[in-house]
Amino acid sequence: MTARTMFAKVWDQHVVVAPDGDAPAVLYIDLHLVHEVTSPQAFSGLRARGLRVRRPDKTVATMDHSTPTKRGGLALADDQARSQLAQLTTNCAEFGIELHSLGESGHGIVHVIGPERGLTRPGRTIVCGDSHTSTHGAFGALAFGIGTSEVEHVLATQCLLQRRPKTLRVTFTGVAPLGVTAKDLVLAMIARIGVGGATGHVIEYAGPAIRALDMEGRMTVCNMSIEAGARAGMIAPDEVTFAYLAGKPGLPTGKAWDAQVDAWRSLASDPDAVFDAELTIDASAVEPMITWGTNPGHGVGITQPVPQPGSVADPNERAALESAVRYSAAVPGQSLLGRHVDVVFIGSCTNSRLSDLQAAADVVRGRKVASTVRMLVVPGSAAIKLAAEALGLDAVFVAAGAEWREPGCSMCIAMNGDMLEPGQVAVSTSNRNFEGRQGKGSRTLLASPITAAAAAITGVVTDPRTFLDGSQP
Amino acid sequence: MTAPRFTTVTSRVVPLPAADVDTDQIIPARYLKVTDKAGLGTALFADWRLRPDFPVGKPEHAGAEILLCGHNFGCGSSREHAPWALVAGGFRALVSTSFADIFKGNALKNGLVPVVVDPATHAALFAARAADPAFAITIDLEARTLSAPGIAPVEFPVDGFARRCLLDGVDELGYLLGHLPAIEAYERRT
Repeated sequence: MTARTMFAKVWDQHVVVAPDGDAPAVLYIDLHLVHEVTSPQAFSGLRARGLRVRRPDKTVATMDHSTPTKRGGLALADDQARSQLAQLTTNCAEFGIELHSLGESGHGIVHVIGPERGLTRPGRTIVCGDSHTSTHGAFGALAFGIGTSEVEHVLATQCLLQRRPKTLRVTFTGVAPLGVTAKDLVLAMIARIGVGGATGHVIEYAGPAIRALDMEGRMTVCNMSIEAGARAGMIAPDEVTFAYLAGKPGLPTGKAWDAQVDAWRSLASDPDAVFDAELTIDASAVEPMITWGTNPGHGVGITQPVPQPGSVADPNERAALESAVRYSAAVPGQSLLGRHVDVVFIGSCTNSRLSDLQAAADVVRGRKVASTVRMLVVPGSAAIKLAAEALGLDAVFVAAGAEWREPGCSMCIAMNGDMLEPGQVAVSTSNRNFEGRQGKGSRTLLASPITAAAAAITGVVTDPRTFLDGSQP
Repeated sequence: MTAPRFTTVTSRVVPLPAADVDTDQIIPARYLKVTDKAGLGTALFADWRLRPDFPVGKPEHAGAEILLCGHNFGCGSSREHAPWALVAGGFRALVSTSFADIFKGNALKNGLVPVVVDPATHAALFAARAADPAFAITIDLEARTLSAPGIAPVEFPVDGFARRCLLDGVDELGYLLGHLPAIEAYERRT
């Protein structure tokens, strides 16, 4: 048999009906994650056709996008959000779907609870009406975002009509220096290839700097695949993956576990597998990254200058940069260091896991958030919140003057009341710095948890390495 | 179920040359708290519409059904609300040099045809529109061609299955449900 990529192995295993003439493949879906924002119209579609959910046992729902993160629960949501959340509750009850409601122990952001509950496994196909479904690829799953029509297709048939994407291997060589996290590696990649650079491709992340990441870091990398336009991101499962999964609910033990691990190990791309495209990035040359503009491709090393739009030859590209500079009020030719910051947000499906909170807490511990900064810390799930509280991280944040919140998407998408005022600047650990993403007129600088926490303390964009090498008071 | 249909459209164009227009601009997240698909026309480009120089929603473009847009249109979130809002805003086709994957799939499922042209044709279309506000384009899905006065007709790539669904009014979910025996067989053997 010819050498195959990991993507090809997972894809081939899930083809129910091969493509035929014009017809795309029918691809089987092992796990369908559902949230309140992209599912109501799909359930209405099922009802209109008199269909049931074909495999409620392979479907799991949570509330995350429009849920309040202040204590007080649903009562704090606006009328429209409350009605959307009530609709999800009704839909899950009517169709027999497991739902993790606000305030329950299994509640959290959809891409946080999947891995946490052992639902995200190597070799699975996983979809959700959410572009950051790419997160789950960190386990060697093929996981991608779908639209609401496709949510309805999966609810009704547990399958999707799909064209086979191309493959891109991104190899991170070397060792990431002190202060360079998973977030910085992926922001460096997107800065290199742009927000459409991986369109039509599934990325496989490889190389020693990826192997060196824990599962939470790998999830951060795969999460941001969509920000390069990729269909999905994947990382071959290894000992780190197996150690994370061991003992999770629903997974085998003893000899059956060993057999399972052997099967998972065989998912890795064959040594001579050929990718449609290849890219190599030297992790040792990556700095802590920060974005200055209005898409995740507008990233620079934190000591590096914002680009001069005038230096770009292509007129459309130049116009786009000029527009981004205008909106973000960035100064071309200067680094962002020292830029005033109004809000710091630690959270989102990108960076709200325990290690993210720990890293931010290590910067904040024993210090005070600048009086001009509002700092929000929003754990990704109820379980992470509990674990963080057991470590006393909540106390660290609260003592510093930060707000410690209930889990949810919060200020990443600003649908739940957590938002910036027009013109305000946030350093945010989330995934998108699009215009208005964190509230109308908001300006977002994407960065890692340590870079965000450093800005919270100093009140300005700050090189996080100064908090790691002892040069900060 | 009534599946969307598309054969041809001839229309004036609304020019939106900005590259990398993301779905948060097409429909800001605060409009996603709905439980219905209908009524999103006013949410279309809700923030950008407030700019005096922004074309979509301006009276002079009323009735235009083709959006001539920039590279990598529709990047970002998977929200199908983006094509729902574009369709509610009267659009039936989009012309660009590329579209984001999820957006493109969502658009086709709603009868909104994303037409990819080469950069030279793309530039020529913008130039023709700048010279003549009444400049109109014809998109013929059957022939897979884009044609316009003064522009050599170009063939555009389109997913063969999506094309067939739109031309014949095939309901995709109905088609997929037709594969249930194969799906059951797959479940039995895995």
